[in-house]
Amino acid sequence: MSELIDFISFKDPGVLTILIGALAVSFASAIIGTFTYLRKKALVGDAVSHSVLPGICFAFILSGEKDPLLLILGAFLSGWISVFFIDFIVSRSKIKADSAISITLSLFFAFGAVLLSFIQNSDNANQSGINHFLFGKAAAITDADLKLFIGVLIIVGIITLLFFKKFTTICFNEDYAKSIGWNVKWIDFVMSSLTVLVIASGIQTVGVVLMAALLITPPGAAGFWTHSIRKLIFLGLIFATISTVLGTFVSYVRPNMPTGPWIIFFLSIIAILSVLFSPKGILRRLVLNRENKSKIRNENLLKTAYYLTYERELPDFSRSEIVSKRSYETLELEKGLKSLKNKGFLLENSGRFYLSESGKTEAKRIVRLHRLWELYLTNKMNFKSDHIHGIAETIEHIITPEIEAKLLAELDYPDKDPHDSVIP
Amino acid sequence: MENKSIDVHNITVSYSGAPVLWDVDFELPTGVLAGIIGPNGSGKTTLLKTIMNIVKPVSGNVKVFDSNIDKVRNRIAYVPQRESVDWQFPISVMEVVLMGRYSGKNLFKRTTKADKEIAREALESVRMLEFKDRQISELSGGQQQRVFIARALAQKADLYFMDEPFAGVDMATEKTILEILLKLKDEGKTVLLVHHDLRTVREFFDYTILLNTRLVAAGKTAEVLTEENLNSAYGARLTLLEEVGKEIKKKDFPLREKDFDDK
Amino acid sequence: MNEWIFDIWTIITASTVACTSAILGSFLVLRKKAMVGDAISHSVLPGIVLAYIVSESRASWVMLIGAAVFGVLTNIIIEFLNKKAKMNADASIGITFTWLFAIGVILLAYFTEGGIDLDQECVLFGEISMINLDKVLVDGNLYLGPYAFWFIFPVFIIVLAFVVFGFKGLKITSFNEDYAASLGIRNGFWNYALMSLVSLSTVMSFESVGAILVVGFLVIPPASAYLLTKRLIPMIVLGCVFGILSSIIGFYFAKSFNLSISGCIVCATGIIFLVNLIYSIIRDRSRKNISIAQ
Ligand SMILES: Nc1ncnc2c1ncn2[C@@H]1O[C@H](COP(=O)(O)OP(=O)(O)O)[C@@H](O)[C@H]1O
Ligand SMILES: [Mg+2]
Repeated sequence: MSELIDFISFKDPGVLTILIGALAVSFASAIIGTFTYLRKKALVGDAVSHSVLPGICFAFILSGEKDPLLLILGAFLSGWISVFFIDFIVSRSKIKADSAISITLSLFFAFGAVLLSFIQNSDNANQSGINHFLFGKAAAITDADLKLFIGVLIIVGIITLLFFKKFTTICFNEDYAKSIGWNVKWIDFVMSSLTVLVIASGIQTVGVVLMAALLITPPGAAGFWTHSIRKLIFLGLIFATISTVLGTFVSYVRPNMPTGPWIIFFLSIIAILSVLFSPKGILRRLVLNRENKSKIRNENLLKTAYYLTYERELPDFSRSEIVSKRSYETLELEKGLKSLKNKGFLLENSGRFYLSESGKTEAKRIVRLHRLWELYLTNKMNFKSDHIHGIAETIEHIITPEIEAKLLAELDYPDKDPHDSVIP
Repeated sequence: MENKSIDVHNITVSYSGAPVLWDVDFELPTGVLAGIIGPNGSGKTTLLKTIMNIVKPVSGNVKVFDSNIDKVRNRIAYVPQRESVDWQFPISVMEVVLMGRYSGKNLFKRTTKADKEIAREALESVRMLEFKDRQISELSGGQQQRVFIARALAQKADLYFMDEPFAGVDMATEKTILEILLKLKDEGKTVLLVHHDLRTVREFFDYTILLNTRLVAAGKTAEVLTEENLNSAYGARLTLLEEVGKEIKKKDFPLREKDFDDK
Repeated sequence: MNEWIFDIWTIITASTVACTSAILGSFLVLRKKAMVGDAISHSVLPGIVLAYIVSESRASWVMLIGAAVFGVLTNIIIEFLNKKAKMNADASIGITFTWLFAIGVILLAYFTEGGIDLDQECVLFGEISMINLDKVLVDGNLYLGPYAFWFIFPVFIIVLAFVVFGFKGLKITSFNEDYAASLGIRNGFWNYALMSLVSLSTVMSFESVGAILVVGFLVIPPASAYLLTKRLIPMIVLGCVFGILSSIIGFYFAKSFNLSISGCIVCATGIIFLVNLIYSIIRDRSRKNISIAQ
């Protein structure tokens, strides 16, 4: 508990640096990652983050010191070459994008590994810290790094704002962008440059492999909640904030725990929760299924009641009379009866049931929808009249009042269905 | 109908959400040349795949030769849409045609001499034998289509499904394919193919299935290809149907209730 | 014992890894699933760490099983996100493997606190020069190669047998899934069988070349061969040849300049790839010119 208070109150000023640094990196990634995600180029980010390694090593070998700006310049250059390389392979040979990405990623990384082994053999006193780039070390963020991260975030933010409309358009409708004469290649160039910049600067915080997650996972998770690009970015930023704070906290409490992987861990948990619990998620679908099922059951029961009331002209009816019209499983029948009674559609009097006024209206509505849809099928869709009952049996449960109104208008307010029954 | 080759019973198909085929229902006799006609995206490919149970319908069922398709797979052959494969695949014409001799059962066995002979004959009949060692990317569009047809012929089936075999082919190929279709019909085989050109349909096809998300009409070609039917297949969209489809997708609605029995 | 015998065994071991990977990788490339191979090679990490804790040794069957389980799991999660949760394919892959890899790194950090000797860098790079430390000695004098080789070799045999006996199935399901389904061939079976073997081979290669470079082995030699050949079997064989060639060149280069052996081997595959790429571009251009001239 005291650790939590220490953490929140930034008793250790180092924590503040780490937290702000990590936040800046994950914000910049979430923003630009949203666009690459929508452009279905998520894995290019993965390739680039592997491909910055040789650039970093070269910068180090040439300068002989660990100047962050120089290393990032190296990273940026080799990241850029990798983007170009992938494009080159795909456009000039029969090799497909997925292989081109894998080839680039492993080739650049291998070259980096060779350079790294060269550095390690060369006995350079400054070499320690070069391998932060592999697994990342958020704890090593210095004030100079911090300025840099914030600088990158500002650049990404401003350029994204300037290009917002262009980015959005090529994500959603590239053909349109081309048709109005936009230079899609140039817009892509800007987008890729920002991606490479973010990766090059952020890589020492989270490491090579996990950098990709900062780009992909926030928009991936946000995609379950919304389609609007602004909301995607906004939610992505929120997810990034939550996981960065939690991840930093864990490694504050347990200094041996790596910050980057914990950030990604929490980010992934948010993604999993989104898969399960969002409006488009699995759980929501299960709930919908249940709702649909009970809706179908209740409405079918109402229809049976309509038949018994209006066509058999019974004042009230028993369970066995219901089942004699249409078979229901006992348990389902009980559930349906109970739920209809709760809604006030059905009234019970010593084991016999009858429709209330509201129940009659509702039952009529369903029968009406059924018969309207049958009419629509025969008139507009050329169905033979012996085939329409089955599908109308389903669709009657789906038609909303708005669709009903249109249906009525399109069918010219009919009063008989194809079987010559009255439409109530 | 006597001697049914295909019996499609009330199938509804959806990939994710809104149905792409609504309650399609028709029968096809044996020994006929039948065409599936409809605008792009109207579900023609989906219908073929559903008949072969490559795509599973959400409701309804299909019988081929009066039994479950899995029992008669050795009697059917398939020519997929040409765009559905990667023509850069490192494989020769002969190898592709030999695939017609594969089945779920002989997958672990070696290809026999007899199989090779059948494949040669099939290639011969589409006039592609001289190209047998070419890689498939080194062929023209028409030649690629002929290879696909040879592969289906090598299956020695009774019922052929062909997805747009005439798409993007040259005149010579078109003629060859047409000859093959008529020959198959003469041998008493059944062919169901997706096609666009109404003129050839009128001239050569016995049966026509007019499709646009729902079945517009199915039956003898002359009866199906009326002005009215064509208008309703190619004309105004059924906006209401689309709206109901969207609603189904939104609510993830089950498309067919469990079989009930209404007395 | 002579040093060159160790060298030879290192090359033999690397070549075995290269061949196993090239055989499986050919199908990954043709199925456009190269990135799934990449994903698997990262996400087996938690399996490796856990198995290492359980079995307390690096090269063991427990480790193989642990990693294979995670490999298949990766596949299942990717398919689930893609098909059931309707996320796009790229993002499903990216989210899945980074998540599992993060868990792996966390586990590694956790157990390193408790002092296990499984090094982070080794996970990424592997180090093939280390394999000779675990020698297999029989009868005092007769040297039968490193333990790592005898660990890898059975997997190579399994993969080889699978591809030889399942060749028709792999070929048809890679080329034309719908058609295969129409013949009653189960695409799902072949996909999962292939992916399980990719997991298995990734894990055994991980020890010698590390998580990232194994992707290079899986994809670069087959892709180079793909540029040159017009048939499947030559593509696979040529992929193996490129892999072996790279192992030899890479090894001696690394040895002469004292560099990372696995890094140099993958760089060698890369050079072979570049040569093939340039050759194929020139070839296609001249072919185009000829056809225009006609
Ligand atoms: N695998 C798929 N996943 C999702 N939607 C699909 C898939 N295949 C086809 N569709 C959609 O189903 C509809 C019908 O497609 P298809 O059967 O290919 O039409 P056709 O062959 O008549 O052109 C189209 O709207 C298409 O976009
Ligand atoms: Mg089609």
